[in-house]
Amino acid sequence: MKKFFAQAYLWILLILLYSPIAFIAIYSFTEAKAFGNWTGFSTKLYGNLLTGNITGGHGLIQALENTLLIALVSAVASMILGTISAIGIYHLRGRKRKAVQFLNSLPMINPDVITGVSLFLLFVFLGFSQGYLTVILAHISFCTPYVVLSVLPRLGQLNPNIYEAALDLGATPAQALWKVLIPQLRPGMLSGFVLAFTMSLDDFAVTFFTRGTIGLETLSTFIYADARRGGLTPELRPLMTLIFLIILVVLGLLNTRQGKNAAQNHINL
Amino acid sequence: MSGHQNIIIDIEHVSKSFGDNQVLKDISLYIREGEFVTLLGPSGCGKTTLLRMIAGFLEPDEGTISMKWDGKAGNPDFKDVAGIPPHQRPLNTVFQRYALFPHLDVYDNIAFGLKLKKVPKDEIDARVRKVLKLVSMSDYEDRDVESLSGGQQQRVAIARAIVNQPKVLLLDEPLAALDLKMRQDMQIELKEMHQKLGITFIYVTHDQGEALTLSDTIVVMNEGRIQQIGTPTDIYNEPVNSFVADFIGESNILNGTMVRDRRVSFIGHEFDCVDEGFGENSPVDVVIRPEDVIISDKTEGAQFTGRVKSCAFKGVHYEMYVDTDSGNELQIQDYDAFEPGTEVGMSINPDDIQVMRKERTENVVDCEIIDSTHIELFGETFECAPFTPGPDGHYRARFPFSKVELWDHEDEGVTTGEVWFILYKGDHYHLTVRTDSGEYVYVDTDDIWDKGDLVGISIQPGDIIVESQDGQEK
Repeated sequence: MKKFFAQAYLWILLILLYSPIAFIAIYSFTEAKAFGNWTGFSTKLYGNLLTGNITGGHGLIQALENTLLIALVSAVASMILGTISAIGIYHLRGRKRKAVQFLNSLPMINPDVITGVSLFLLFVFLGFSQGYLTVILAHISFCTPYVVLSVLPRLGQLNPNIYEAALDLGATPAQALWKVLIPQLRPGMLSGFVLAFTMSLDDFAVTFFTRGTIGLETLSTFIYADARRGGLTPELRPLMTLIFLIILVVLGLLNTRQGKNAAQNHINL
Repeated sequence: MSGHQNIIIDIEHVSKSFGDNQVLKDISLYIREGEFVTLLGPSGCGKTTLLRMIAGFLEPDEGTISMKWDGKAGNPDFKDVAGIPPHQRPLNTVFQRYALFPHLDVYDNIAFGLKLKKVPKDEIDARVRKVLKLVSMSDYEDRDVESLSGGQQQRVAIARAIVNQPKVLLLDEPLAALDLKMRQDMQIELKEMHQKLGITFIYVTHDQGEALTLSDTIVVMNEGRIQQIGTPTDIYNEPVNSFVADFIGESNILNGTMVRDRRVSFIGHEFDCVDEGFGENSPVDVVIRPEDVIISDKTEGAQFTGRVKSCAFKGVHYEMYVDTDSGNELQIQDYDAFEPGTEVGMSINPDDIQVMRKERTENVVDCEIIDSTHIELFGETFECAPFTPGPDGHYRARFPFSKVELWDHEDEGVTTGEVWFILYKGDHYHLTVRTDSGEYVYVDTDDIWDKGDLVGISIQPGDIIVESQDGQEK
């Protein structure tokens, strides 16, 4: 009996968590304009999405492209910046290191609204014309700390002598960095990149405040505006389903890879 | 100057500090081509710092390091290596804990240096195979380095260094992480490798047994200074001071007095010895190796007598502690066992008595004058016997070893310190205590302290003599 309740509790939780996504996925296979009406099975919305032939919402494809571009650029930039910062922080000692790590964690705790407004004010103060550049800069600023956090533990596991060993064998400092240090840090950099990419992908508040008035829309700001205009563009349903599936696959791949590495390490011990 | 042509590395007056801590003090040393040199000393003696300077990871604060460098016309030349980065120096290092590249397999680890130098692919292949054979790892090319045992990783680390055909191979405690049996096997292999390759090995270790087994030359270091340079036999048989005698092998270190040339008195008896030139009645340290005391159950005809206190079997010999008739304790090794309680007679051959000048006979420390009864010593205020300060600003305080008082509780002393080094002198302990100010106080005591103990230090006012730096008492 106890077991039954435990099981039921788990299932209720899972249903509550995932049924909204399941509903969107199910209703992505029907043509009805309003969400919740079933007008028979159809893959027309998927077709529209892929051909770009979207009724009443041609901004959607543009917003998707913007989102991906911004996420990619800011994730790559944060990965580079974050890795360099992590190496720097790792070589600091004592109080200095603690201070910098604290500064690094501030942007992560800070509410997005405050980050957004403060960046908005900064850009206005500096006289930046707001648009792609300011959104990307803003995203880099809140993504970098996550990369730092995912690279630092890798550095801690490193044998402190391997960089010197590379120099000793004739590598210049740059070669030692590329051929020895970076390959060692790669898993940390990769998970930092994925984190940064997803953080940028679903950001609303910071984007909203820094995108300016040139009409730049990302997915989140597009959906926000779309919903206020009256009803969501039906093609959003297949799009969200696809995004969810892609994330699921990427997560699955990462997990099996990690599992394999862990198993290998286990054998080595 | 034929001897000088063989020199490959010349280190002159090198000093190095990290912050306030001076880790190397005026080190001068030269290393010959093809030599197996060991830098030996306890941890913190500066040996690894010296090695890292030779490799180029650290620069000396003072002094120069020069190396033989291949000149243009195949003409070897000496060159000051200051400012030359590690990757341009003609030497390779085997690091502590291996430092292999985990993302590369055995082959790629070893080929790393050759690939950087753009050596042709087939030559890399041949050279990697050759060194793998040399370190007995021929079938391991494709193995992941993390799947290898400690000893195997060590071999790969050695192969990775020697495949570059360096003139000098630096080894930083390469065997420290291996277990005893493996360590002994690797010692033999290293020695063979050194003979086969014919290159210079500079080896850092704190293991005196390892140093004695492997080296052509041993450099004994302590507290940032070179204590003695010599062959293993020299260092073992003729240590220059009590530190070396104690650090290398087992020894009895005793206070003695040179009666006259070739005659020394210690443990209440006079002995013939082979040392001269110390001056009559000068205080000396005497070193007797435990295996050099001739022990028998006949007390007649012996130089001195005693009673066996303990006896333990050590595999080949027995190790005994004997209380002598004068109340000293001697460690003795012999193939025969003498039961505890046995009256024994003992003698020592003149050859086996090693006499060393005492490094110091009392504490002499720089001090600052506060007033006529107080001085600043080790950064604290000490009371001392009244004296009249003169105009000269430089003073020093002298006080005997036996007059320094040590306390269990740090706050009972005027200042505090850490027991740094302990020497048993047969009937008392001679301690080196490092004060919080980084200076050293030498203490004779009957009490038992452990290395690393934190102690309070005080000195009775009447025991401190303050004098001007020119030696004149004020």
